[in-house]
Amino acid sequence: MSEHESGIQPSKPAVWNDPKYRALFFQVLLVLGLGYFFYTIIDNTLSNMEARGISTGFAFLGEAAGFGIGMSLIEYTEANTYGRTFWVGLLNTLLVSFLGIIFATVLGFIMGIARLSHNWLIAKIAMLYIEIFRNIPVLLQIFFWYFAVLAALPSVRQSIDLGAGVQFNNRGLYLPSPVPEDGFSIVVWLFVIGIVASFFLARWAHKRQDDTGQQFPIFWSTLGLVFGLPLLVFLAMGAPLSWDVPELKGFNFRGGVTIIPELLSLLLALTIYTGTYIAETVRAGINSVSHGQTEASLALGMSRGQTMRLIIVPQAMRVIIPPLTSQYLNLAKNSSLAVAVGYPDLVNVFMGTTLNQTGQAVEIVFMTMAVYLTMSLSISAFMNWYNKFMALVER
Amino acid sequence: MNKITSTIALTSILAFSANTANADTLDSIKSKGHIQCGVSTGLPGFSNADAAGNWQGLDVDMCRAVAAAVLGDASKVKYTPLTAKERFTALQSGEIDMLPRNTTWTLTRDASLGLNFAGVNYYDGQGFMVTKALGVKSALELDGAAVCIQAGTTTELNLADYFRLNGMQYKSVTYDTSDATVKGFEAGRCDMLTSDQSQLYALRIKLKDPDSAMVLPEVISKEPLGPVVRQGDDKWFNIVKWTLFAMVNAEEMGITSANADKMKSSDNPSVGRFMGGQGEKLGLGDDWAYNIVKQVGNYGESFERNVGMGSPLKISRGLNALWTNGGLQYAPPIR
Ligand SMILES: N[C@@H](CCC(=O)N[C@@H](CS)C(=O)NCC(=O)O)C(=O)O
Repeated sequence: MSEHESGIQPSKPAVWNDPKYRALFFQVLLVLGLGYFFYTIIDNTLSNMEARGISTGFAFLGEAAGFGIGMSLIEYTEANTYGRTFWVGLLNTLLVSFLGIIFATVLGFIMGIARLSHNWLIAKIAMLYIEIFRNIPVLLQIFFWYFAVLAALPSVRQSIDLGAGVQFNNRGLYLPSPVPEDGFSIVVWLFVIGIVASFFLARWAHKRQDDTGQQFPIFWSTLGLVFGLPLLVFLAMGAPLSWDVPELKGFNFRGGVTIIPELLSLLLALTIYTGTYIAETVRAGINSVSHGQTEASLALGMSRGQTMRLIIVPQAMRVIIPPLTSQYLNLAKNSSLAVAVGYPDLVNVFMGTTLNQTGQAVEIVFMTMAVYLTMSLSISAFMNWYNKFMALVER
Repeated sequence: MNKITSTIALTSILAFSANTANADTLDSIKSKGHIQCGVSTGLPGFSNADAAGNWQGLDVDMCRAVAAAVLGDASKVKYTPLTAKERFTALQSGEIDMLPRNTTWTLTRDASLGLNFAGVNYYDGQGFMVTKALGVKSALELDGAAVCIQAGTTTELNLADYFRLNGMQYKSVTYDTSDATVKGFEAGRCDMLTSDQSQLYALRIKLKDPDSAMVLPEVISKEPLGPVVRQGDDKWFNIVKWTLFAMVNAEEMGITSANADKMKSSDNPSVGRFMGGQGEKLGLGDDWAYNIVKQVGNYGESFERNVGMGSPLKISRGLNALWTNGGLQYAPPIR
């Protein structure tokens, strides 16, 4: 044996013994197997549905829906298709999720910071808020706000006039809607330009402070650019905007925009409930920043507010963002509880009425699940990007 | 049971079962010893559980009658409360054996859901309930009104049709349970509540102050309500269908729970056929029809006890009188 060994190079193993090709082979096999598995499932489902006389396919999306929906962000009438009810429901879901996430974040940050306040009363109020609302199931809170809000509000004929054309009663909050006239687009453009300009201004100011240590009144200048200038121009042009004011006609107010009680209560409940979790996340994040940072900052002469804003929060964010993402996902998914109080979200409209009128449960549940999956993945992707953005950049 | 779960159950049955039509419902009922019956979550007169948890009502009597015919014991029924939205998936997935749940017979439901309607146990029509304080006397005065409705019903469609036809507008608030619908109406969220008229009377007695609301005279649709079964099991379909026919025929022939034993010896040949000799053709025992009347009563008895003068609803027979009395209840002969 030994005389052999010396002369022979380790030969390349045969293809079927090469771990690289083996792995590839089994992966291909798995993909093929899975593909076949799903193909049979789908095929079997379809032929079983056919055998049982259940309609299949997506043709129903083109048929006229024939039912009304209480609130829609896009034009919708009974004559529109089932496909359109999908979009109406989807937009309503996105609306509460989006607003809910914003409000819950604001409330959560305020309460999380308040709970760490040195002021005894403020800290206790924040604690009470968190402990109470975190421990009541969110569905119960939705019901509570809905029926509490409804019961507390007067009927249409005794509507509360909040001035400036705003009406509040048990059919909702009625606001005048703006009707732009000639030239109003200039104001809108100025507003957009203002936002872009203040973004660059902020970068410039930041750099200048890094270089020279001089500060720039960035808050006031942004305010001026974004709101002040467009407002001045708007007034100078003679206010080219009129208002469609809601008026009592027959049983209800007509005109303007209506925020229905279902949306109000759902938003209230989701905000307050999710806010508690965000508050705790924020508190944990702030506590994770070592106290030495605060002391150092105060020693450098920064105020408590500045310390919080410039030193503590940016570092805390790294701890806060990952759990914050799951709270956002929870809120988006909890928004499907809308159905309990009749808010026309995707689950209520599409997986509810549309499913029931067409009977195409398999297709509709599939589409609805796909929407929630996409929504969750998008939120995750955005938050992962934001997390990277906020991560500590070592200099 | 919630709808996602039912749908997942349905999907997995459809996906994984071999390509055969339905299993034999009758056999499976005989082996499990009871009927699983889908009813409403609580609608006085039709299907409603009392404080002790006993289900009662016209639809519940349908379940009990089938149990009497199939198992010889009307009490061998288990109930699954279902909202309007959940009901069809529950039946399709096999979670329940039959669905007598004030369900309207329509072409779409009959022809595209894989279901069959076994008859009509209540002829109804859609109406409107308003608060008296609104001061409205006719549905045609309701332009611009806010309406509380339950999701997944024919009600939603009729409402849209009616308002469109009359050039009126409305704002709907669609709840998933009848409890929430009633509460919304009571809290003043809507000017009116719309549903099948019988159900309006039933929901009205659920209000804290029933006298504050009234039902408008207009009836805007045809709502033939009846028990539903899965398509593809004709034997079971026949049993449910003929159970209903037996109840109606019994009333026509004057057979009641009280006189059923005496009628057994009647020399009227029709009554004789009712009491025996026909069950085998349905795959049932000889005394199937006798058991129905003896244990549950005939159609008229069931009607009066649950929704008629013997009940808080006090609905008159109207369309649901026998054909011999100018109504629509008419059953093919048992022979
Ligand atoms: N007959 C109509 C309506 C049936 C229906 O669900 N009506 C409501 C009345 S508000 C009901 O009975 N709800 C009781 C429940 O959901 O348990 C249909 O079949 O679509």
